[in-house]
Amino acid sequence: MLFDALFLQLGYNATLVSLGAALLGGAAGISGTFLFLRKRALVSDAVSHATLPGVGLAFLVMVFLGGDGRNLAGLLLGSALSAGVGLVCMNWLTRNTRLAEDAAIGAVLSVFFGFGIVLLTVIQTLGMGRQAGLEGFLLGSTAGMLMSDAMIIAGGSALALSVIVLMRRPMMLVAFDPEYAAARGLPVPRIDMLMMGLVMAVTVVGLKIVGLILIVALLIIPSVTARFWTDRADRVVVYAGLSGAVAAYIGAAISASAPNLPTGPIIVLVSFALFALSLLFAPNRGVLAAVLRHQRFQRRVHLRQGLLALAQGHPIYEPLTLRLLRRAGLVRPDGVATDMGRARAAKALRDEKRWELVRSDLAHEAAAALYDGLREIETVLTPDQIREIDRRIGGPQEVLA
Amino acid sequence: MSGAEFVPLSLTPLLIGILAAVACALPGNFLLLRRQALIGDAISHVVLPGIVVAFLLTGAIATWPMLLGAAGAAVTAVILIEAVRRLGRIEPGAAMGVIFTTMFAAGVLLLEQTDTSAVHLDVEHALYGNLESLIWLDATGWSSLWDVEALRYLPPELPRMALTLLGVASFIALFWRALKISTFDEGFARTLGIHTGGLSLALVITASVAAVAAFDAVGSIIVIAMFICPPAAARMMTDRLERQIGWSVVFATLSAVLGYVLAGYGPLWLGAADAVSAAGMIATVSGVILAAAARFGPCRRRAGAPAGV
Repeated sequence: MLFDALFLQLGYNATLVSLGAALLGGAAGISGTFLFLRKRALVSDAVSHATLPGVGLAFLVMVFLGGDGRNLAGLLLGSALSAGVGLVCMNWLTRNTRLAEDAAIGAVLSVFFGFGIVLLTVIQTLGMGRQAGLEGFLLGSTAGMLMSDAMIIAGGSALALSVIVLMRRPMMLVAFDPEYAAARGLPVPRIDMLMMGLVMAVTVVGLKIVGLILIVALLIIPSVTARFWTDRADRVVVYAGLSGAVAAYIGAAISASAPNLPTGPIIVLVSFALFALSLLFAPNRGVLAAVLRHQRFQRRVHLRQGLLALAQGHPIYEPLTLRLLRRAGLVRPDGVATDMGRARAAKALRDEKRWELVRSDLAHEAAAALYDGLREIETVLTPDQIREIDRRIGGPQEVLA
Repeated sequence: MSGAEFVPLSLTPLLIGILAAVACALPGNFLLLRRQALIGDAISHVVLPGIVVAFLLTGAIATWPMLLGAAGAAVTAVILIEAVRRLGRIEPGAAMGVIFTTMFAAGVLLLEQTDTSAVHLDVEHALYGNLESLIWLDATGWSSLWDVEALRYLPPELPRMALTLLGVASFIALFWRALKISTFDEGFARTLGIHTGGLSLALVITASVAAVAAFDAVGSIIVIAMFICPPAAARMMTDRLERQIGWSVVFATLSAVLGYVLAGYGPLWLGAADAVSAAGMIATVSGVILAAAARFGPCRRRAGAPAGV
């Protein structure tokens, strides 16, 4: 059943939802990345909650004008307008008052949402047919999706994507280093507004599928996921788009494959699964990689300390050091050094002495800066330089009684 | 309006609304100054999965398991956010966004998967609360306030909310000096021997207790609004923490009273038949107060900002 859904074999509506969701997920992942890199990820939370009063007002206006209140295009237009008002309020609060951005986000989010709920109850009390399914915008509902709805979603996502492709360079510059962008003469506030506008567009388009509470997840989670896999900003954008699209596609397919699996939450959970996998297993930034790196470092330190102890004839009691030395064939099980162990130990001690000279000699200042107690001296100095240092150390000297 | 109508139908919801608003606004002052204002938002989202899990475990809508479940979910969320932030080296806002949306989605999914049609448990209820339904049917008028028999049937949310407010207020009073110092200068607080980490966690837990108790009575939308709007408006009125807290209590009370009255009686004055959502109206009123304070408050600008910018 799930495979049928994944390969679009579950009928017209499921296919429509899956493709629409994938487009939306990609667009959300990409536009969310700019916010994330700008360290303003939660702005999307304010934007999405601020759409609710617009939905209610648009419904009321359309009904009073004698039309069908459920026209998706009209509702989306209304939600875009009110999200825009919310954004302006938020920017005004942060710029003209002493409030920090997080307080402004929270204020806009709660007040707009509260007002939206008031409007929803007004619609309910006016008796316009069980709120006309407007609660669907809270959590999303794909059950009755029409071809025209899907076209709006696809068109909106495609539009957002093409704006991103056109404006990717200035937006990336502002997201990465706003001061530098301002120094280059870019209109930073206007580009910020463009980013917000994109987020707003994606939010509005996504209202139908995932609902306004969960669209935030689609904007934030893919970019955080992508950040684990690369340190290059342009790749983060691409990976975020991919992971958003994949999560949305798989989520929509899972949700179509069985009853009682609402689309929005499933998409969010799939994208969280991708995030959790990345957090654990990503190379370099992942938790597993960090643990392995730590262990490798620990082994090197223990081996090095063990060799120095061997060279100076100190007994070794530390079990990990002993085990590492034994495994490398440097000591016998009873703790006595093998021939190879003695040779390596002598070399380690000599390297210490070499480093000591290098670090006390200003001529080798650059090389000395690389000393961390573990680095092999051959990786820093040329054989000639090492020979020169050895000459200064000289041969073995008689120890006077 | 006569006491015979007001006391049973409006007095208790009004009182509960005021208590909940003040209980959230008090810790909100510190969260706002510490730039953790959105903790309230995160907590109110994760309360849903907590309540659903508590319902699944006990199989009944009982108050205490639900409160425990919600509090457990809030603490879990705080721990997870911290874990993601540290393990993944992600900025706090994004870490928060990842965790609370995921937990909320899990809550919605659990709710859809279980058969809760027989009981009153749904997402809308969690969002709006049911302030209007917390009526005191045994009251007959003002005299009922001295009637022990009638007082026994007060809605249980009222004493619970009063207790929560008392707990929150006494936490702030007890740790006043430490909270104040560590909020404004964490480094200095540490040199004085104040455990800033523990204090910060205690503040978040206090906030979640207030949020969970208020959520039970009035729904999550008031919780978020009251954590942020009254303290933010109060911040525009003064530069002193003591006065800011005083103002925030005034604003929270004003929002609760005005919001409740407007929601309950406003539509009637306009000729409509039914009341609108009190929770939404209280949040809206607090927003109007914030807007007024942001426009006209004496201390609305950043210190040192040039005039007219």
